[in-house]
Amino acid sequence: MADCRTTAEQAEAGRHRCAVAIGAPAVLWLTVFFLIPLGMAAVASLLTAGGYGGIEPPVTAANYLRIAGQGTFGFAPVYPLILGRSLLLGLVTTVLCLAAGLPLAFWIARLPGMFKTIGLTLVVIPFWTNLLIRTYAWQILLSPEGWVTGVARWIGLVDPGAALYPGMFAVSLCMLCDFLPFMVLPLYVSVEKLDASLVEAAADLGANRWNVFRHAIVPQIRSGLAAGVTLVFLPATGQFVIPDLLGGGKTALLGNLIQQQFGPSMDWPFGSAIAMVTLAVVLLGLWVASLMGGKQGGAELL
Amino acid sequence: MKTRSGTLHGVSVALLGFLYLPIVVVIVYSFNATRHGVAWSGFTLEWYRALLGNDLVLAAVRNTLWLAGASTLISTVLGTLLGCGLDRFRPAGRRWCGRLLQLPMVMPDIVMAVALVILFSLVRRWTGWFQLGMGTMVLAHVTLEIPFVAIVVRSRLAGFDSSLAEAAQDLGASRFQVFWWITFPLILPGILVGALLAFTLSLDDFVLSFFTTGPGASTLPIFIYSSVKRGITPEVNALSAIVIAFSIVAIVILTLLQRRWLR
Repeated sequence: MADCRTTAEQAEAGRHRCAVAIGAPAVLWLTVFFLIPLGMAAVASLLTAGGYGGIEPPVTAANYLRIAGQGTFGFAPVYPLILGRSLLLGLVTTVLCLAAGLPLAFWIARLPGMFKTIGLTLVVIPFWTNLLIRTYAWQILLSPEGWVTGVARWIGLVDPGAALYPGMFAVSLCMLCDFLPFMVLPLYVSVEKLDASLVEAAADLGANRWNVFRHAIVPQIRSGLAAGVTLVFLPATGQFVIPDLLGGGKTALLGNLIQQQFGPSMDWPFGSAIAMVTLAVVLLGLWVASLMGGKQGGAELL
Repeated sequence: MKTRSGTLHGVSVALLGFLYLPIVVVIVYSFNATRHGVAWSGFTLEWYRALLGNDLVLAAVRNTLWLAGASTLISTVLGTLLGCGLDRFRPAGRRWCGRLLQLPMVMPDIVMAVALVILFSLVRRWTGWFQLGMGTMVLAHVTLEIPFVAIVVRSRLAGFDSSLAEAAQDLGASRFQVFWWITFPLILPGILVGALLAFTLSLDDFVLSFFTTGPGASTLPIFIYSSVKRGITPEVNALSAIVIAFSIVAIVILTLLQRRWLR
């Protein structure tokens, strides 16, 4: 008997070794091309810019102080404003996507049979359609002769000849359109599994609609909410393409600031510092989402 | 109750319409005869014909497909192996690997891109490797795709009956034989779905390519971006419409595969 157990244990240990061996190449790859580069960026963020994208000693906290608002002549609010604007826009996008995503997810989940698959596919198609294309298309839609501008003019919201872009409105609208599928899909996965009898019980016991939603529905779809909020807020905060194409000069976000430092400004240490701040926001967001009840942000929709 | 569900119908259909507004506008204007402005002036296929004669576009198409193919191949092999091994890791290792896979999936791509730019530039200074171009773009894309493949394969494995593999092992099959004859055929659908996802991710990516590209290594998204920066032309709309058509076909195939195999 003792012998038998040893072989079982040996087999288990062998399986574990085998698993580590076949998992190792991918883990190694992600370490070399993901973790180590992030580590390098963290180090670079504490150094000084040399000429032509160089990174040189001495070690300094100046890059982070710059983000916090320290300018050559005292307090300069440019960078704190960009940080605040990015967080605010991320938040606004998340709230808009929640407001639009909840009804859409419930609607699809309640469609009968075949229509459900079609409805879901209709959300998945924009999800996987090139974000760059869906973004520049808004330049057409919001130009003075664009369809959306036309409707807005007809209602009387804009003057003839005026455009709805560039600006914060265009960026928010496009963010909503680009990120809505990222909210709908995880929500749908949760809503699909919703136990309707709990909702009916709450309604039968006299709960009003808000209380039914708050106490009978939200706890059941918590993991979908957490995944959706993660998948919208985190990428939205670091967006670079949308403000770049629709924002104009006065609406730079963290992503644009990073691009500027690695592009024309050639200040890699400062760019790295902004990237690290973005990373901190991401980690904070993931932590909050895990508190909300999502174990695997986004993993469940694959 | 009736009116409430009527409102839900209306709102949802309107939201779907909103989602498709940009896609529709690009396709519609790719057939518009006028070169400037957005006024409709008749149907034409002229811009599609012009694309075929544009060497820059054809090179970008070649680069894009090459990049997507190569990165899909590498990430599918590595991601599948990790997806198979992950559940046998010790709990602590599994937890850390889970985080390592989750982070690239939710992180703004620009952070990943600039971190890679730093790595490439430092290594290049010391060894001369990592000249920016197709090679560095493949490295970046594989890094993005591995987590997606690994998670799809792992979720496929999670629903699989391990007694089959144990029975084969008891009957004297080697570990490789068990993998090749039992595990592999069972997870093949998961691998194919993962590979298709990886391919689509690569086709969709702009930011990683934009930062890690080098001279002469333009992809379709890079080409579209630089054209749009100079002003939207009907040719760009035609090119985008083709890209959209490819995405739609890929997604319909993916959906059908998933319905058949993963349910």
